[in-house]
Amino acid sequence: MEKFYKEWENFFAGDWCDKPDVREFIQKNYTPYIGDESFLCAPTERTRRLMEALNEKLKEEKEKGGVIGIDTETVSSLTNYPAAYLSKDDEIIVGLQTGAPLQRGVNPFGGIRMARSACRAYGYELSEQIEEEFHYRTTHNDGVFRVYTDSMRAMRHAGILTGLPDAYGRGRIIGDYRRVALYGIDFLIEQKKKDKETLGKKRMTEENIRLSEELYKQIDFLGKLRDMAAMYGIDISRPASNAKEAVQWLYFGYLAANKEQNGAAMSLGRVGTFLDIYLERDIRRGILDEEGAQELIDQFVIKLRMIRHLRTPEYNELFGGDPMWITEAVGGMGEDGRTLVTKNAYRFLHTLYNLGSAPEPNLTVLWSAKLPEPFKRYCAKVSIDTDSIQYENDDLMRARYGDDYAIACCVSAMKIGKQMQFFGARCNLPKLLLLALNGGREEKYDMQIGPSMPIMKDGVLDYEKVVKRLDYYLGWLAGEYVDTMNVIHFMHDKYAYEKIQLALHDTDVERVMAFGAAGLSVIADSLSAIKYARVTPVCDERGLICGFETEGDFPKFGNDDDRVDGIAKEILDKFITELRKNPTYRGALHTLSVLTITSNVVYGKKTGATPDGRAAGEPFAPGANPMHNREKNGALASLNSVAKLSYDSCRDGISNTFSIVPDALGKNFGERVENLVSILEGYFSQNAHHINVNVLDRQKLIDAMENPDLYPNLTIRVSGYAVNFHKLSREQQREVISRTFHTSV
Amino acid sequence: MSKAGYVHSLQSLGTLDGPGVRAVVFTEGCPLRCIYCHNPDTWECRKDDICSSEELAEKILRLYPYIKNGGVTFSGGEPCLQADFIYDAAKRLKERGLHIALDTCGAVYNDAVERLLTLTDLVLLDIKMTTEEDYERYIGGKLSDVIFFLGKLEKLGIATTVRHVVVGGINDTAEDMERLASLIGGYTCVREVELLPFKKLCSEKYRSLGIPFLLEDTPQMSESELSRLKSYFDEIRRKN
Repeated sequence: MEKFYKEWENFFAGDWCDKPDVREFIQKNYTPYIGDESFLCAPTERTRRLMEALNEKLKEEKEKGGVIGIDTETVSSLTNYPAAYLSKDDEIIVGLQTGAPLQRGVNPFGGIRMARSACRAYGYELSEQIEEEFHYRTTHNDGVFRVYTDSMRAMRHAGILTGLPDAYGRGRIIGDYRRVALYGIDFLIEQKKKDKETLGKKRMTEENIRLSEELYKQIDFLGKLRDMAAMYGIDISRPASNAKEAVQWLYFGYLAANKEQNGAAMSLGRVGTFLDIYLERDIRRGILDEEGAQELIDQFVIKLRMIRHLRTPEYNELFGGDPMWITEAVGGMGEDGRTLVTKNAYRFLHTLYNLGSAPEPNLTVLWSAKLPEPFKRYCAKVSIDTDSIQYENDDLMRARYGDDYAIACCVSAMKIGKQMQFFGARCNLPKLLLLALNGGREEKYDMQIGPSMPIMKDGVLDYEKVVKRLDYYLGWLAGEYVDTMNVIHFMHDKYAYEKIQLALHDTDVERVMAFGAAGLSVIADSLSAIKYARVTPVCDERGLICGFETEGDFPKFGNDDDRVDGIAKEILDKFITELRKNPTYRGALHTLSVLTITSNVVYGKKTGATPDGRAAGEPFAPGANPMHNREKNGALASLNSVAKLSYDSCRDGISNTFSIVPDALGKNFGERVENLVSILEGYFSQNAHHINVNVLDRQKLIDAMENPDLYPNLTIRVSGYAVNFHKLSREQQREVISRTFHTSV
Repeated sequence: MSKAGYVHSLQSLGTLDGPGVRAVVFTEGCPLRCIYCHNPDTWECRKDDICSSEELAEKILRLYPYIKNGGVTFSGGEPCLQADFIYDAAKRLKERGLHIALDTCGAVYNDAVERLLTLTDLVLLDIKMTTEEDYERYIGGKLSDVIFFLGKLEKLGIATTVRHVVVGGINDTAEDMERLASLIGGYTCVREVELLPFKKLCSEKYRSLGIPFLLEDTPQMSESELSRLKSYFDEIRRKN
């Protein structure tokens, strides 16, 4: 061992002392907890006051239409804002993103147009100085549009590809923020310098030159992170020496990432078990008690709830409710069979009681059949009480990512500090089906987008012929989609590289390229209709298929019926196979998600009528959900259908949102908790990947829609994340209300 | 050998008809016509709804991971009308260790039903009315049949939950409660009594079936009224 810092006193040493290896540090030092929640403490007076101060600000933000203010004079970066506070005397964890609480910063690196129009949407004007500065600067957005082909533009315009990160930060990159606390900045800079030196001994290929420049930027920004902390009077050049410092150091790392990047999802990772080690050490040293431990976590979470990014209204349509995806993975099991649940897993969940329900951080329980039973019950209780948490299958992911992975955004697993993602939004599968039937012509704008073929308009559709046609277009789409992503991520690396987040990764990072599919249940039901009922296309005056006449019944996704569930599964298996045929930028691994955020509404709007009977413009179901109210055999049959989709085809995650009314879950609270645990066990034991759980009445949402002031904190899970219900648009609210709420019979 | 039977539907998530998470099977065909019936769509057997006991058991077993600590409830309609069919399905489920509940009116008893009861862990017995007169008027059957059924359950030692739907103006008086308590007093098989509120969620079903719903104008039973009756009922039970 080269050096054992005095700040590491009482820790078991290991290889982690010589090079960043947070996992090994955790494994050697953490304390599993298998008891129940009875040890938890209420918030301290200090926390209560601070939360009140935040609530005041949140109220003001709401009154101002969702944006409290924009600093239009400053370009967001690590050291561009002075130290600022919410309520200095009560804050034990410090650091704000801009010069004032909830104020939004301007981040034009992704694209100046987006920054400009976002300012205007809220009645602000970007300063002339910034306009001037970026006049001479290439943004990520500029770069992408220099290269986009006509075909890519057309697919984007028609909405076959939507939400592409070509005008804002791509996000979904999780810095290993724990490294800041464990090692301090000096150590991390030393490591990166060594890596750069080693790289310099290799041949200067294009790849190595690029990486070498990236390392330069990483080192530069680690220095800026140290300077940023210094502005708050805190020296983070050395490792954190106690729990408070550990929380603070780690938060500074996360804060710096948010000052630098406005990624769609800025996830936190998996910090609970790591921080618990520091909390436990301080408790053993007698310098901290449980109340103090909870206070640190509460105050940290208050800070997380204050993270904001400036977005345009178009962006909000796709990602409704102003989400940040500050996803924190909680729980899970270790590879050695010990649970990774610590008291801190409870403390994080407990913030939903101490501070009130809220969508952020996006608390994600990593569910394993082997989790301690009291923890399972506590999670179920929190779900029933708050509708604020989601569950993902740890047994499934641990086998593929080890036991130190986290979730970016909603459902994207990645090894912390070792893997990063090229986020690729999603494509519209039902629209692809229409495009295929119309021989490559787009039904809404009447543009020839894909390769030209005859329109399949003569008589009843033949299933085999439709599948053959669809397969052809799926292959075509896959090629175009991969190319589009390659362009976007080449330019993102070039013009908006995530310096601080990648500084908190291993230098030889593994990359995945995450594609996405929307409208799965619509395309599955449509193909099922063509196969099992009689579907005749109807053409309009342009000669394009604009609707369908469907006679007879057909199996529908969500009823545990293999005839259609098999179709859904097969589309995804085929799609990922087609995607994999196309080479990716930087050799990234192809992955696929079935996730829509709130874009299921916009996607539906952009898509004509489909053979399953869905009218033109009608929203899709979110993620992998069956279409609303087509589930005729109850909740479990619906879950079984989703559980059949293959995680190995969809390694970027399969999102399912489940809403049930309290009465249907059991006669009393105790029964509801037990029954929810049984449902989760059953679902995950069949290799299902993800579930959002809402336990509430539809009537409550209708009431909240009409009287938003009565429900300021009403939080619901939508699609891999939670939102304040009042922050959704009317259209999105209506769609949420129209979803299936499983009821008793 | 597999049997054929009439199944209206399978509700894959039930939490109110027996312990834990359960699959609930609604069979078709019923000898009674309860005035407040909330499943009029299960009264008649429809040819399209025939399925085999093997098929039914297979469908239910797909839910095994969720219901392994709960079970399966056969409801309807009146499941005892198809006791052979249900016996065969239940046997296949019982082999996997699933808990079997039977939600019945107790109006049908024969050898096949007795055989079905040997597989049954819990009976949910609906008493409905507490006098022969009311039973004939509002239900269209004989209360004595139900009491006979209860006697058999007692003899076979099958855990029983007595259920009783309370309808305002029909069976919600103190006397109704007293008579109910006296009817089931002395039966040690009765472990629990559930009073259920009359609800009108079924109105729409009646409309779509073109069957008049005679309680269209009767108000739903309120939670508070129901819990008042339940306390009174419990008090009498204690005294008895």
